Amino acid sequence: MGEAIVVTSGKGGVGKTTTTANIGTALALLGKKVCLIDTDIGLRNLDVVMGLENRIIFDLVDVVQERVKTRQALVPDKRFDCLQLLPAAQTSDKSEVTPEAMKRIVAELKQEFDYILIDCPAGIEQGYKNAVAGADKAIVVTNPEKSSVRDADRIIGLLEQEDIEPPKLIVNRIRHHMVESGDMLDVDEIVSVLSIDLLGVVADDDEVIKASNSGEPVALHPNTKSSLAYRNIARRILGESVPLLSFEEKKGFMTKVKKFFGMRP
Amino acid sequence: MIANQQLITVKGTRDGLILKVDDHCAYQDVLNELKEKLSVNDLIEDDRLITVNLQLGNRYVTREQKDELKEVVRKSQNLVVGKVESNVITKEEAADWKKHAQVKPLVKVVRSGQVINVEGDLLLIGDVNPGGKIMASGNIFVMGSLRGIAHAGMEGDSHAVIAASFMQPTQLRIGDAISRAPDQDAEGVYMECGYLEKGKDKILIDRLQEVIKKRPDISSFERRMFNG
Ligand SMILES: Nc1ncnc2c1ncn2[C@@H]1O[C@H](COP(=O)(O)OP(=O)(O)OP(=O)(O)O)[C@@H](O)[C@H]1O
Ligand SMILES: [Mg+2]
Repeated sequence: MGEAIVVTSGKGGVGKTTTTANIGTALALLGKKVCLIDTDIGLRNLDVVMGLENRIIFDLVDVVQERVKTRQALVPDKRFDCLQLLPAAQTSDKSEVTPEAMKRIVAELKQEFDYILIDCPAGIEQGYKNAVAGADKAIVVTNPEKSSVRDADRIIGLLEQEDIEPPKLIVNRIRHHMVESGDMLDVDEIVSVLSIDLLGVVADDDEVIKASNSGEPVALHPNTKSSLAYRNIARRILGESVPLLSFEEKKGFMTKVKKFFGMRP
Repeated sequence: MIANQQLITVKGTRDGLILKVDDHCAYQDVLNELKEKLSVNDLIEDDRLITVNLQLGNRYVTREQKDELKEVVRKSQNLVVGKVESNVITKEEAADWKKHAQVKPLVKVVRSGQVINVEGDLLLIGDVNPGGKIMASGNIFVMGSLRGIAHAGMEGDSHAVIAASFMQPTQLRIGDAISRAPDQDAEGVYMECGYLEKGKDKILIDRLQEVIKKRPDISSFERRMFNG
């Protein structure tokens, strides 16, 4: 029996889809059976990032409305047999999916796959509720920006009301030179505000964008730093204790000093 | 009624007049005598405003009666009402005091979009994140970082304070007063406490130790005993 993990953020465009695609790919690289579900009805793009757009025949709404069996709607990955995608519908309305239907579909997929990764749409409305419904665990993605951290905090508050394990955090698009110059929130600061466990840190990396555009998740590249970060995250999901890469946590000396002297006005 | 027995004795002090009211006679008699006493103008020698404190002893008065007594005092020139003190309160009022005197402990991170509202004092063990809000009718103590909004003295208690292990709030509110964080990125401060200075409606922040000195009656039960 597998486990279902929802990837969510509150704020849009912080990298949920990219994270889902890469963790899924990295888990598949490690030999796990993985199913990705895109719940962003009407704005699907997990299929594009995975390079599977042209193979879609049926979608999530077809499954919800029981026009086809769940199996029939799954799109196998080009590279791994153990990786499959249940795409979102592009033309339907998100009200056609319900939390109950999601629970049923996820429960069914858990029989067959080790991991079900659910890509959540932005926001905290219907789409979010659908995405979270079937999940056992949650990953919250944030960027090192105040507004993004604020929304992550909101989502964590909502997730705490659900019947799932405490969520884990991924900080995406860190730029080390900006952290060092004190112009970007550092990972410690974010973790201390959100007070949840850190699952990983992914640098802001042009390779991610290039890879997305070519429909080949960056996790497939052997040695770019973001690829390594995603593969480490996958290993941590499997329960290995993989230390943070040095560049993942480096913190500016100046910020430390500033904090120390800045204690009193 | 025994005509020449004094039901109300008047005592002058530096802070005004104290009217000691007999607590055995009927309320109506008190009211009559009060009206009579205050209509005698020899109480007042000049135009200064004089504060009048009514001490009712072991007499129970309803809220309406209390207001009535105050009204009588107010009607005569130069007099302002200070405290109307009685040694007795109803069970209901006592229960209300108790409810407001309780410290409610809570272990939680109050996250963006979440609101906590308690009666009495709030002891939060955890943080208040930006976008989160905590409210209490009494004091607020945060054992953690206060980065959101805190509102102490929700029902108008301007004596209430807000203390935090780490203070970096977006807003502090005490009673009706509001203060907000400066627009530039302000570094937070450790172990500080916000309070309202007497007679001003500006919230000040000082070291916890200093504020404690100004609020020896920090427990809201004691505060009620002395301030009603
Ligand atoms: N680590 C990274 N480095 C560089 N670019 C990134 C990184 N992560 C994501 N991006 C880029 O950011 C953009 C948004 O990413 P993505 O579509 O994954 O976000 P999302 O959270 O799924 O958005 P939405 O809320 O619209 O679903 C994409 O162009 C993606 O390539
Ligand atoms: Mg997306």
